[in-house]
Amino acid sequence: MEFLNAVFVAPFLDIADSPVFFAEVVIGGLMSGVMYSLVALGFVLIFKASGVFNYAQGAMVLFAALTLVGAMEKGAPLWLALLIALGVMVALAFAVERFMLRKLINQEGIILFMATIGLNFVLEGAGQIAFGSDVKRLDVGLPDNSFEVGGILFNTFDLSAAFIGAAMVTTLALFFQFTPMGRALRAVADDHQAALSVGIPLKTIWVVVWSVAGAVALVAGIMWGAKAGVQFSLVLIALKALPVLILGGFTSVPGAIVGGLIIGVGEKVAEVYWGPTFGGAIEGWFAYMLALAFLLFRPQGLFGEKIIERV
Amino acid sequence: MFYREAGQFKTSYNKDQAVFPIIQDRWFIAAVIIGAYAVVPFAADEYWLQAVIIPFLILALAAIGLNLLTGYAGQVSLGTGAFMAVGAYACYKMTTNIPDLNVVVAFLISGVMAAAVGIVFGLPSLRIKGFYLAVATLAAQFFILWLFNKVGWFYNDNPSGTITAPPRELFGITITGPQATAEARYFVSLTFLVVGAIVAKNLVRGRIGRSWMAIRDMDIAAEIIGIRPLQTKLMAFAISSFYCGVAGALYIFVWLGSAETEAFDLLQVSFPILFMIIIGGLGSIMGSIMGAAFITLMPIFLTNFPPMIGIHLATDLQKHLEEIIFGGMIVAFLIVEPHGLARLWQIAKEKLRLWPFPY
Amino acid sequence: MKFRTLFLGLLGAVVAVTGVMSMKAAYAAEQFIPMLVYRTGPYAPSGIPVANGFRDYYTLVNKRDGGINGVKITFEECETKYNTKQGVECYEKLKNKGPTGASLVNPYSTGITYQLIPKSEVDGVPILSMGYGRTSAADGRVFKWVFNFPATYWSQASAFVKYVSRQEGGWDKLKGKKILHLYHNSAYGKEANATLTALAKRYGIKLTLLAVDHPGQEQKAQWLQIRRKKPDWIFMSGWGVMNSVAIKEAASINFPMDHFVGNWWSGSDADVIPAGAGAKGYKSATFHGAGTGWGVHNDIVQNVYGGDKAKAMENKMGEVLYNRGMVNAMFGVEAIRTAMGKYGNKPMTGAQVRWGLENLNVTKAHLKALGMEGFTQPVKVSCADHETGGSVMFQQWDGSKWSFSSKWLPPLRDIVRPMIESDAAMYAKENKITPRKC
Repeated sequence: MEFLNAVFVAPFLDIADSPVFFAEVVIGGLMSGVMYSLVALGFVLIFKASGVFNYAQGAMVLFAALTLVGAMEKGAPLWLALLIALGVMVALAFAVERFMLRKLINQEGIILFMATIGLNFVLEGAGQIAFGSDVKRLDVGLPDNSFEVGGILFNTFDLSAAFIGAAMVTTLALFFQFTPMGRALRAVADDHQAALSVGIPLKTIWVVVWSVAGAVALVAGIMWGAKAGVQFSLVLIALKALPVLILGGFTSVPGAIVGGLIIGVGEKVAEVYWGPTFGGAIEGWFAYMLALAFLLFRPQGLFGEKIIERV
Repeated sequence: MFYREAGQFKTSYNKDQAVFPIIQDRWFIAAVIIGAYAVVPFAADEYWLQAVIIPFLILALAAIGLNLLTGYAGQVSLGTGAFMAVGAYACYKMTTNIPDLNVVVAFLISGVMAAAVGIVFGLPSLRIKGFYLAVATLAAQFFILWLFNKVGWFYNDNPSGTITAPPRELFGITITGPQATAEARYFVSLTFLVVGAIVAKNLVRGRIGRSWMAIRDMDIAAEIIGIRPLQTKLMAFAISSFYCGVAGALYIFVWLGSAETEAFDLLQVSFPILFMIIIGGLGSIMGSIMGAAFITLMPIFLTNFPPMIGIHLATDLQKHLEEIIFGGMIVAFLIVEPHGLARLWQIAKEKLRLWPFPY
Repeated sequence: MKFRTLFLGLLGAVVAVTGVMSMKAAYAAEQFIPMLVYRTGPYAPSGIPVANGFRDYYTLVNKRDGGINGVKITFEECETKYNTKQGVECYEKLKNKGPTGASLVNPYSTGITYQLIPKSEVDGVPILSMGYGRTSAADGRVFKWVFNFPATYWSQASAFVKYVSRQEGGWDKLKGKKILHLYHNSAYGKEANATLTALAKRYGIKLTLLAVDHPGQEQKAQWLQIRRKKPDWIFMSGWGVMNSVAIKEAASINFPMDHFVGNWWSGSDADVIPAGAGAKGYKSATFHGAGTGWGVHNDIVQNVYGGDKAKAMENKMGEVLYNRGMVNAMFGVEAIRTAMGKYGNKPMTGAQVRWGLENLNVTKAHLKALGMEGFTQPVKVSCADHETGGSVMFQQWDGSKWSFSSKWLPPLRDIVRPMIESDAAMYAKENKITPRKC
């Protein structure tokens, strides 16, 4: 009885009791959601264009952030360091296409997935050889102050992250929807051989899309790295992006952002209001359960392309 | 010339449908098993058994389990670690609360418990497919580990939150707990792997296995020819989880001895087992074992090789180089042979048939 | 063609590994100490200074004193990545090296420690898990081979409550105070919960337990709850990236940092540096000093780095975890020395070192001679008590360095010891161990 009360009654009374705090929880969730989307976006881009579930996305985030910090430690100003990091990610895209994807054209998804696992090991090793395994402080000059509006606490860093995330998603969504390049990307995602046969330059597309994903990884690395320092744990944020991915759909750029927001708000509300009843730290699995619940109704994710099967 | 099947005539259906229809295969497998029982425990020292071979055997059993689900039935799962944890914790609860229970029986019951949990978390597979399902099984991974960590009942409320394998005997020989010798542990895990592999091999040749493959190749078509997706998919989840559950119980009881939920972590257990079956070959029992060998032995080889030939690098630099080489090997491997070690093995046999006089 | 190269390559590799692995090296009369380190992976920022501290202290003993009573120390690092599986492999590889095998092992990971506890007696390798691992191993009657002096998590939690009472102005002031325990959701993180709950009951503290999921990069939900609950004090049992994120979040909700106290695994330089200026005022427990102001550091600079202090600093000298590795190495070395006092000046076996650990008595005069006066507290181990109930110190980060901010506070043994004994008794019962008489 007490348990039922704690699950079905008390949290709602609590919400009604202090709507300001509830609003704060929701806003906090939205902010975290944007941070998840930033990581999820990288996955979506690559999956969309090459049908590869890129396990190495987390390692790419780490690698990009390490390059940036490494360049700054050597005395490069921020703009130069950004350019260098971007350049390295583009070079990586070329290397991946040349040495990996080109040789695995038209293989099954799971084989390509496994290949990115190999890439993941390489990046983790190379990143640490080049820049060490220590934690590094990253300060890109974004303001980090807190202020209260109507009892709700805002943080300027979170706000800028949200703004950057939103801007990036909008740009990418428009790019995919309305440019010839975007259309070509979508064609490649459907079928490598068919795309080749209608004259789409597969190699160029892949280089472009991995470069864009590298740039997204850099932004995600900056945002997460500024929060917790640039260190190996950045690799693990990929796990935070997975529920976002399945909820939003592997193939949808807007899906990544909407999924991120839903997961962010959902897990924060669950943790704050229901967490204590279950003993806390439920957000880890709750995000997956939430995504799973959505999938039962839409097996391709909220915005994913509908799966049509024919015999 | 070593692998010629010319002259081997099958005169009955039974012979034609034998697990290994070719005599060389039979001899080879028999030699491997006899060698594993009679030679390895005496040739290998404690380091080899305890640190290399036993974990390889146990993980190979789990890999067979996952291969049944992913390779044969086509359902990608990342919840392997969680199903193993179910087996381990069930076994811990049983052995500590019913001290007289035979430990091998406890292992098998743990497998059944894991199968039950597997069925529950397999339910979404009826609706969700491919990578979506893979990520959905992560819900099982995170939820189950959270539960075992949170609810004290699972670890008998001890303040340390860990489970420790109590000493148990089989035929008068201690096989679990700290006093068990490496050889005893080795024989237990080897026997479980051999029996598990034989059962799995026969399972996939029969009606169940064929219906799994039909579902894997195209579930709608399979449904049309009269295979029930519900039963078939759940059966795959149940049997796969059974294997994983037994492997999980062995993992703690026969190998680690003591652990917390972290031992079944996603990145340390679930993913590596998936790597094993991809590298080894999806849809191959032999491949699961070879993949497990590759993923467990290769890093150990890479760690120990350079110091042996006189190259002494700083610990961290060597580890990083190892990662790069290991990653590079995976990619190179997939490029050479995307279908895994099992396929490579097959090619080797074809070559051996003609060697040394190929056309 | 491709196939053939691959096949031959694999075959060559197999032959090479089997041939090479069977080689055995010859050893001189040296004392071998295995080192399980993690210089890579997610916890490397903590692992690197610890490993350097160990390495430099052993080197110092060899160079300055010519070894322990003339017996040189040899050590070998093995990378575990903080991963239990690789830890097992490392342990098995190193446990029989040297003329007498591994003399003692410092696992430096909760998972590896738990895994080694049942094995220690069988293999005859004592475990020194200094301030981590299994708390109830403090009961030497059940855990003959495991040592966790100078203090355990439970003692630490009680010392924290004592510290709060001192800050608030007396034990009676604790009544009604809100204390929040922010912990890593793992066996390690939960350690302090039981002690804090018992103490909360005794002193009328309002205690809240708040878990953070591994790895802890995202803690918005927890800090929202904290903002709402407005606790008077926060105690944190964190690890790795969780610590720096928590400190950053605390700063961003303007929580008074001097009321935010970490345990001794949540108070290293790597934890506060990423948070920048926001971390100023943050406190943490410790059982040794931070910085380079002691005689032993000078010795290390002179003997290990040839007087090059900049290079020593580059190797993390003076960081909290470097100093911890050094203290840990010192205790190991002194235990071996104690054992030599009984068994003679030759390489000690694991069993002999175990005796040395159990009869270890590091006095003030000892510490002074080692250049560690005031750096850490004297320790006297006994057969029944492997923890010694050593005192805990609280240090504070001033934005650039850690400094002591309290007296040495002895833990509340009257509440901790019975808990330890009951847990040890339960372990003994489950694993059919008969506690020895002390």
